[in-house]
Amino acid sequence: MAKSKGQTTREKVEAGLPRRRRKELMFKFVGMLATTVGVVFLGVFFSTLIAEGSSAFKQTFMKLDIELAEDVIAPGGELDLAYADFDGLVRSALREAIPEVSGRRDRRELYRLVSVGAAYQLRDLVEANPELVGTKQTMWVPASSNVDMLIKGNIDAELDESLRPISDKQIAWVGTLQDDGRIETRFNKALFTNGDSRDPELAGIKGAVMGSLYMLIVTIALSFPIGVAAAIYLEEFAPRNRWSDLIEVNINNLAAVPSIVFGLLGLAVFINWASLPRSAPLVGGLVLTLLTLPVIIIASRAAIKAVPPSIREAALGLGASQTQVVFHHVLPLALPGMLTGTIIGMSRALGESAPLLMIGMVAFIVDVPGGFNDPATALPIQIYLWADSPERAFAERTSAAIIVLLGFLLLMNLAAVILRKRMERKW
Amino acid sequence: MKMTAMTDVTTDNQTPPTLTEEPAAAPVAEPIQMPQVPEQETELSGETVGNIHCENPFMIANDVNVYYGDNHAIKNVSLEIGKKEVIALIGPSGCGKSTFLRCLNRMNDTIETARVTGQITLDGKDIHRKEQDPVALRARVGMVFQKPNPFPKSIYDNVAYGPRIHGLAADRAELDDIVHTSLERAGLLKEVKDRLDEPGTSLSGGQQQRLCIARTIAVNPEVILMDEPCSALDPIATARIEDLMDELCEDYAIVIVTHSMQQAARVSRRVAYFHLGLLVEVDETDRIFTNPQHRLTEDYITGRIG
Repeated sequence: MAKSKGQTTREKVEAGLPRRRRKELMFKFVGMLATTVGVVFLGVFFSTLIAEGSSAFKQTFMKLDIELAEDVIAPGGELDLAYADFDGLVRSALREAIPEVSGRRDRRELYRLVSVGAAYQLRDLVEANPELVGTKQTMWVPASSNVDMLIKGNIDAELDESLRPISDKQIAWVGTLQDDGRIETRFNKALFTNGDSRDPELAGIKGAVMGSLYMLIVTIALSFPIGVAAAIYLEEFAPRNRWSDLIEVNINNLAAVPSIVFGLLGLAVFINWASLPRSAPLVGGLVLTLLTLPVIIIASRAAIKAVPPSIREAALGLGASQTQVVFHHVLPLALPGMLTGTIIGMSRALGESAPLLMIGMVAFIVDVPGGFNDPATALPIQIYLWADSPERAFAERTSAAIIVLLGFLLLMNLAAVILRKRMERKW
Repeated sequence: MKMTAMTDVTTDNQTPPTLTEEPAAAPVAEPIQMPQVPEQETELSGETVGNIHCENPFMIANDVNVYYGDNHAIKNVSLEIGKKEVIALIGPSGCGKSTFLRCLNRMNDTIETARVTGQITLDGKDIHRKEQDPVALRARVGMVFQKPNPFPKSIYDNVAYGPRIHGLAADRAELDDIVHTSLERAGLLKEVKDRLDEPGTSLSGGQQQRLCIARTIAVNPEVILMDEPCSALDPIATARIEDLMDELCEDYAIVIVTHSMQQAARVSRRVAYFHLGLLVEVDETDRIFTNPQHRLTEDYITGRIG
């Protein structure tokens, strides 16, 4: 058997070796190339994202000496927060800072340097400290987004005046303010504490973050127990027959259904039929539950399957019932895998936007949602909305929101890794 | 079948039996165990020679048949297992001895395609009768598996698991007592008494198997089934377990499946030889090894068939 065509086995092996080595080398090269391409893309993605988005964490503020005139805020000695002309107070402070401005048109241009948020800030200050009425306060108020963009260098002052959203005069005034030390960039707290706004300098992601949070609470509260219970039943108790095969095929198919279809289902069932409110995190959470259930069931079943049968047999041989085998032995061993699957499912739910469009979570919502039934939006939707806005300042906020979203995803995946490491048991 | 193939197979199966691995539930009877010469087929008539009876029978199998789907794995096996005796089931791989063993505590129930007919009684009562809960049965008929399979819990929890689920101990002190006694009887207490909190999986293979035996006797069963308990162990660990069996048979009936003729000769009082799902011969160990009645038994114990 050792010889055919006069060659020994050893000769044949050696004849084939160079070809095998070449193949190995080729494969190594292709693998390295693929990895490099992936890493380069990731690097480009992250660097552009950070380059674009990091400036959104800073915001330009303007120092104004505002006279809290008693006759404006509290005519007749009584605080009148709803009708008081805080805007007027901010404007007169601005006029004071740049006294050379005259004429209605110029003044109107001047007023555009400061954000409308300045008046709200003033009102909140007075509401909190009514004793300040009648005094003069030095305050740092947000500048308008165009000033912000100019300071951050996102607006090219060399361009022709008609091609930029800020006029030559305004640029000059900003220069004066800067020379007076009245302009400063500070940490952009508004980005994290405000809801959405039409004014970029006032827009924040808190509304979207809270909306996403409420949705994820609903999703995890429903999909983890349901998914794990379904996986345990299918894997440990269900008889193997045509029905269980059918269910299995369906679950696998559901995992591949485009997410927008789940949105349509949610619209038809939860909103139209069950009359749940539109744009609510509750409905969003229900839809995302449907979306993540197949993922969790499949991951949990795989985790259960990975429990060695010898452990089951050992417990059965001692006289443990099927339920005891499952809850004393199979479940603790499968739990790390189940949790990993769940967190991967949650990450997918957090990044999902298509099904939420169908249930009305794409609306412009200013208020931060306070519960499961309040109108809300979600982080990915907020990114989509901002990316769609024309103002230049929304571009950096879009990137900032993406960074925040990626941060949450990173945290969740980290949690999955840590949970797995801590709960994993050797056998 | 070609003669060359036959010889190959025979040499294959003459490797030390402790190394052969047989999946516990492998239902397939391999064709390589076909009788070598045609005239032997007439000998494989299905009638058991020797003596299936024993004094003081505790478990009685009567006309047991097991099917895995269409595969007839055990054919008309009748056998008595006495109180406080060690009976060894021997035979080539795939002959059905493990299957028969798993019938005795209804572990075959967990295999969906498995079907068992015939009657098995424990202390005079049918173990397949309706009101017999397999959980209660397995508490009376314990099992030790081929590969040591301690739970991924502490040594203490491994032994305490059975008593806990069956509620055998009234309080912690009693449970401690059960655990200590069981470990002691399994000859493991000396080695582990200072590290009961360590995971059972941290022990060596032989210690793990003794832990599994301790775990089984902690439930205080009446019968212990052992499915090749030493096949994954070295000779020293094997010797320890064999000594242990000698002690345990003072209280329990032990049914052991083994591939090692020497082990069967050392530990058992009776030996049952299985071949292709048939129980060929049962007799006192001495008689089987010195004067087997059946040609197949003789061929097997002399190493002529695998």
